[in-house]
Amino acid sequence: MSDQTSSSHRPKPPQFSRAGQSALVEARGQIDSGPARRRQSNRLPTGGLIERAQTLTFTFDGQLYAGHPGDTLASAMLANGVHLVGRSFKYHRPRGILTAGPEEPNALVELREGARREPNTRATTAELYDGLIAASQNRWPSLRCDLMAINSLFAPIMSAGFYYKTFMWPAAFWEKVYEPMIRRAAGLGRAAGDADPDTYEKANLHCDVLVIGGGAAGLMAALAAGRTGLRVVLCEQDFRLGGRLIADNRVLNDRSSADWVAQMAAELAALPDVRILLRSTVFGVYDHGTYAALERVNDHVAVPPEYEPRQRLWRIHARRCVLAAGAIERPLVFGDNDRPGVMLAGAVRTYLNRYAVAPGRRAVVFSTSDETAATVSDLARAGIAIAAVIDARGTVPPGIEVAARVAGARLIAGGAIVRALGRARVRAVAVRTATGATEQIGCDLVCVCGGWTPSIHLASHLGGRPVWNDRLAAFIPAGLPDGMAVAGAANGQLALADALAAGAAVGLEAAHQCGASGQPAEVPATDGESTVNTALWRVRSARGKAFVDLQNDVTDEDVALAGHEGFRAVEHLKRYTTLGMATDQGKTSNITGLALMAEFTAKPIAQTGSTTFRPPFTPVAIGALAGSHRGKEFRPSRLPPSHSWACQRGAHFVEAGQWLRAQFFPQPGETDWLSSHNREVRTVRSRVGLCDVSTLGKIDVQGADAAEFLDRVYTSSWKALAIGKARYGLMLREDGMVLDDGTIARLAAGRYVVTTTTANAAKVLAHMELCAQWLWPELDVQLSSVTDTWAQFALAGPLARHVLSKVVDGQHAISDAAFPYLAAGQLTVMGGLPARLFRISYSGELAYEIAVPAGYGETVWRHMMESGREFGIEPYGTEALGSMRIEKGHVAGNEINGQTTARDLGLGRMLSGAKDFVGRAMAQRPGLMAADRPRLVGLKPVNRQDRLRAGAHFIRADAKPSGREDEGYMTSVAFSPTLDHWVGLGLLVRGPERHGERVHACDPVRGGNVAVEVCHPVFYDPAGERLRG
Amino acid sequence: MRIDCCYCGPRGHEEFVYLGDATVERPNGDPNEPRDEAARQRWVDYVYLRDNPAGAHRELWHHVCGCRAWLVVTRNSVTHAILRVEAARDVALARGLSPNPR
Repeated sequence: MSDQTSSSHRPKPPQFSRAGQSALVEARGQIDSGPARRRQSNRLPTGGLIERAQTLTFTFDGQLYAGHPGDTLASAMLANGVHLVGRSFKYHRPRGILTAGPEEPNALVELREGARREPNTRATTAELYDGLIAASQNRWPSLRCDLMAINSLFAPIMSAGFYYKTFMWPAAFWEKVYEPMIRRAAGLGRAAGDADPDTYEKANLHCDVLVIGGGAAGLMAALAAGRTGLRVVLCEQDFRLGGRLIADNRVLNDRSSADWVAQMAAELAALPDVRILLRSTVFGVYDHGTYAALERVNDHVAVPPEYEPRQRLWRIHARRCVLAAGAIERPLVFGDNDRPGVMLAGAVRTYLNRYAVAPGRRAVVFSTSDETAATVSDLARAGIAIAAVIDARGTVPPGIEVAARVAGARLIAGGAIVRALGRARVRAVAVRTATGATEQIGCDLVCVCGGWTPSIHLASHLGGRPVWNDRLAAFIPAGLPDGMAVAGAANGQLALADALAAGAAVGLEAAHQCGASGQPAEVPATDGESTVNTALWRVRSARGKAFVDLQNDVTDEDVALAGHEGFRAVEHLKRYTTLGMATDQGKTSNITGLALMAEFTAKPIAQTGSTTFRPPFTPVAIGALAGSHRGKEFRPSRLPPSHSWACQRGAHFVEAGQWLRAQFFPQPGETDWLSSHNREVRTVRSRVGLCDVSTLGKIDVQGADAAEFLDRVYTSSWKALAIGKARYGLMLREDGMVLDDGTIARLAAGRYVVTTTTANAAKVLAHMELCAQWLWPELDVQLSSVTDTWAQFALAGPLARHVLSKVVDGQHAISDAAFPYLAAGQLTVMGGLPARLFRISYSGELAYEIAVPAGYGETVWRHMMESGREFGIEPYGTEALGSMRIEKGHVAGNEINGQTTARDLGLGRMLSGAKDFVGRAMAQRPGLMAADRPRLVGLKPVNRQDRLRAGAHFIRADAKPSGREDEGYMTSVAFSPTLDHWVGLGLLVRGPERHGERVHACDPVRGGNVAVEVCHPVFYDPAGERLRG
Repeated sequence: MRIDCCYCGPRGHEEFVYLGDATVERPNGDPNEPRDEAARQRWVDYVYLRDNPAGAHRELWHHVCGCRAWLVVTRNSVTHAILRVEAARDVALARGLSPNPR
């Protein structure tokens, strides 16, 4: 078992590629000396929540740029005039930045390099840091010259369902030719391919009120609940509180909205039981008030500081939750609406106000919403020329008219953009005016707004079905998870005043439901606004491709085609067209897609319904879900007490369940496992060997009814077992199959210690607990796992007693007469150390198992090896252990495989007829008693040189091998050094009646048929003379 | 999901192991029961046949990473709402002595 992965979680120094690093160094010089600073040509001279005093450098596709703390990668790219960011999934069309948040469908980049490279990172949420390295995706050889863009030429035939239809034939080509080709051409970023060098952690958080979203409603809710003294957690996905309050230029209580947010943040921070988690996205809602959140602890630095994780996965347990996740703006559907430079109006305002970036020099605004007034004002204040304000509605509210007039912008009421012109950047729009005339208007920025869609995802994660709201032309939450309330834009309260009031009220109500009392928080006065919107789902008779879902290249025509071909149900629409799939899950496109399907099928949207929302809200890295459970931390090894001794001795190890057990102990000159194994078997059979069997499960069974309990759990009777005796026991499942086996020793009247197999220890304990608590609660019996309490060693071989006499304290008689076969007792060893001794034998030799407190295990082991030296003692591993049990015909996990009965295994005589026990009734089913069931036999090769293989199937010697002729299979094989040939155990139809018959053991996969002779399963000392005496 | 263990209080579901229907009762375990079709059917029902109700359902959970008590959890299989948690031992004792003669 390789241990290579375990060292990989430690933080390592940053791993820039040599080329990237030298380019950075070079470019920093360039930037410091001036030209690069000038490159931020679209940075506004004042304003914004950025630290202008500090300059950060970064590269995109190898080109050096500068930005400031407070920037995202997207805002910094726009500040440098970079609009072309990537190529689209299917058609490889040039794409830019559409949004300013986590809903971004286009601006996906590969962030960082080497093992830290992270594909499909949204540039709109990636926080800028010094030395950031980003690369565009899905282009070859370069972003500007992408040869794959030839896909665009085939666009007419690459409609929805294209792959399914076109690559049907020949079927054999799918896996080898079509799929790899499609995957190469259509895709997103590349995974790093190397083990992630960073660490991730998981943590639990308990609170009274969880507030999701730190915008207007969330801040008010957190304040209202926090002032009552409750434990409040506020999660904000951004690195700054405020939501739209820092993106828009609003006035609250006569001060700027950004100032008001700063004041709120300070007040919340001063409340002792309010915890603010920035950079933390609540991405899933689970039953009973459990929420999952991803905190991007160190995504905003190149390399996490030592001992800090990159990300932290929070499991938040909250009594109440206020969902204040805000809303997502919708684009408009018109021809070539995907050209870089076409941006959401709200995002443009964010770049202007929060980042002090002008995304263009000459803008056209195209909208169906009264919010256009704010967009026009913000553009004008930033000094951006406004070529036209196009409102699709025939009647434009006075607010927009005034704003346009003040800005000196031409207002086109009742008009629409039919097509955007330009390729790598929009250069003009074709506009159809109210009269039907079309004209071109030059611009390098198109601000679009088709209204807002409440972020209802989390409200629906537990199956709540949202309801359609005609006024908003969107779904709003309904059927909320227990304990959740929704406030603000997420609930359709789009106007700031409404969101603030709702947040305050819902936050206080949540606190009341937690039993706290408090006064309503004063809601700040706001400047006026109108959020009225009239939905326009697409601009008809558009030329070019009109995209509904930018990330998946789904157009209005694709939706129409899906409807035409019968994929009308929303879930069918999604799967057929891929609308709403991939990393953005259709955050900007779902509603429009549903609305268009409703239009094409002439059904109301309320009836069309919504697709199901499932976690995660935004993508979560597998590394964050795994946390520290990687490599050995995922599945730690349990080490038996002799482990370090075995390591020193150069043992080979094997995994047995969770345990790491010594497989064999090679000696000098031994070149393979078989020669070591042969020597170990011969040593046990001729002298004495020692094997660590601490891994066996051990259960202490105590109580007045312990014997009665064991009678009901095991197949044979235990009441008659004398104190100081042990016996082999078998337990069944209630369906009659064998569950496990082991030894039961009676230490006192009401005290037994039972062993289980290594693999089934946990399962057997749980089963026995169920029997004790649920089936027979009236029995006085207590169970305790003592597997880890006792070290246990098997001392086996004709000289075992000689060794034992040097270990056991003198007052204890261990002669055959005093301590015969199947004796069990408590005594002391090594001068007073309490121990348990069992005279039981798995190997078939004179043997003991000695148990000592686990902490003394290694000491006792070493002492026994030392004591046995004069008798030629050697350790033996699981290989020798297994071979000797096969020589003796003992069944193990290969035979007790869940499909065998006691009768199948030749243990039918162990089923007591005098009492009830688990599995008794069902074991007597006719099917399980059938004469032709495969039953246990021994097998030896007719040609003694032949090797046997487990898994070979038995075919009658005169039959042609085929599945129909299958009569069972070989379950276990071993090379027997005692007999000098291979021996096997197997399950053969009517096996016990066929001793002496020859059959074929067929193994077509590994080649060859071996003629084998059916025999009794006990190959060695069938009379059992060696283990007595 | 969180289960309010009668001994440990509310704990995450990852501490528990689910077994299933707690409404089935083990048939009379008399070893001398006649091996007739009726007896066989009783055992088949107990071992294999389960209802799959939409709504409240009594089921066995094992607090395997906690106190190791078996619990009878009444859970709404549609909403996952947990309506009641009882110690399996108490439920079994209240049900009356097991059919096994002592």
